[in-house]
Amino acid sequence: MWQWFHRLGSPRWFYQASGKWLPWLSGVAVLLLMIGIAWGLGFAPQDAKQGNSFRIIYIHVPASFLALAGYYVMALAGAVGLIWKMKLADMVMKSAAPIGAALTFIALVTGAVWGKPTWGTYWVWDARITSMLVLFFLYLGVIALQYSYSGQDAANKASAVLSLVGMVNIPIIYKSVDWWYTLHQPATIKLTEAPSMHPDMFHPLLVMILGFYCFYAVVLILNTRTEILYRERRTRWVQDMVGPAGESGQ
Amino acid sequence: MGQGFLAILRRDVLLAFRNRGEIANPVIFFFIVVTLIPLGLTPEASRLAEIAPGILWVMALLASLLSVEGLFLSDYRDGTLEQLVISPQPLYLMVLAKILAHWLISGLPLTLLAPVLGMMLSLPEAGYFPLVLGLLMGTAVLSLVGAIGAALTVALRKGGLLLSLIVMPLYMPVLIFGSSAVQRSVDGFSIEGPMAVMGALLAFSLLISPFATAGALRVSMHG
Repeated sequence: MWQWFHRLGSPRWFYQASGKWLPWLSGVAVLLLMIGIAWGLGFAPQDAKQGNSFRIIYIHVPASFLALAGYYVMALAGAVGLIWKMKLADMVMKSAAPIGAALTFIALVTGAVWGKPTWGTYWVWDARITSMLVLFFLYLGVIALQYSYSGQDAANKASAVLSLVGMVNIPIIYKSVDWWYTLHQPATIKLTEAPSMHPDMFHPLLVMILGFYCFYAVVLILNTRTEILYRERRTRWVQDMVGPAGESGQ
Repeated sequence: MGQGFLAILRRDVLLAFRNRGEIANPVIFFFIVVTLIPLGLTPEASRLAEIAPGILWVMALLASLLSVEGLFLSDYRDGTLEQLVISPQPLYLMVLAKILAHWLISGLPLTLLAPVLGMMLSLPEAGYFPLVLGLLMGTAVLSLVGAIGAALTVALRKGGLLLSLIVMPLYMPVLIFGSSAVQRSVDGFSIEGPMAVMGALLAFSLLISPFATAGALRVSMHG
């Protein structure tokens, strides 16, 4: 009885509760991002060596943070779905994959754009860049696997297994790429380290990181809500909510 | 407990020997693609020697990737896999037996062929021992990791390309440590570090992979 209630109730409860959180969360996200961008692009001091080009850090660093955090969100949601068979967790896992892949892509592209004026080249086989690229491939694998199964349940479980295997592998891949890089010592290029930043530059970055976290949460919730509506389209509550117009879609 | 393991191992090796193409194809593939390198790049011995460790490792990886697709495929098509999944024997051990058989008929021949190809690419003498030792352990890791991907994609119609897409990123640490061990040895450094890591990768994947593969097979069979 309890399990039936729990299984059936969870996505619906989340849909309704998240509808109430969304306006607040999106407001906070937009506010933080606006403050962070204006502060970072307009008011933070220029970098002594890089001039204005360093300002891309305000997009690049938060995107990289969330690209990695997003993988853990996806894999942990997959684990929850696999272990406790929670429908909602499966939906979150599926929704998190494209967002994470997009953020990884943004991190790679902004890194390349930043690399051109700073290092004189778009691409360097640096340890961090290379592991980011591998992370992008891992995301693509999970997404591709998710979409190649025709049955929803099998797709959930298969991509959950794959993202968990990937999660176990991320530290190994990261360490091995790091080791590979130090072994080759290809160039004298060094990434500027965040802790050495001046507080005037660091504070807007912190605001941007927080803003990106909120933004990530908003997009994840929106994606999950769409997924809930799609997967629960045959249930009474969705049909009641969407109304007669929704029935033509069946 | 061990009965299922031994029976599967014997069966898979026997099947491979009855159908020799299964053993020969990855090895021939390895041979041919390595032949392409001097043709495409340069026949100059000094330049070939420079890239030999990386080339040999990348090609061995691709050969192993090609063969891993068939690990569960024929058993899936004729229904044997279904019987394995529902049999009372532990699936973990049976999967391990299948992976071991796969390594015996694909990884081991690749390892044995590698020194010959190394000679053709004028690999310096110091490189042979780490090449063989690294491949011996590395191909086993590749089989173990590839088995997870093979189990996840076995029920899909176009699983082959997807398999390489999801397995390739997981292969990268093996490639890095394998080829750098050869390179280090050629440059006159000790190979203990990368070999120890390779052993650790083997031990770790030996522990995790049959478990994940068994889980993935259950998903593929029953959704």
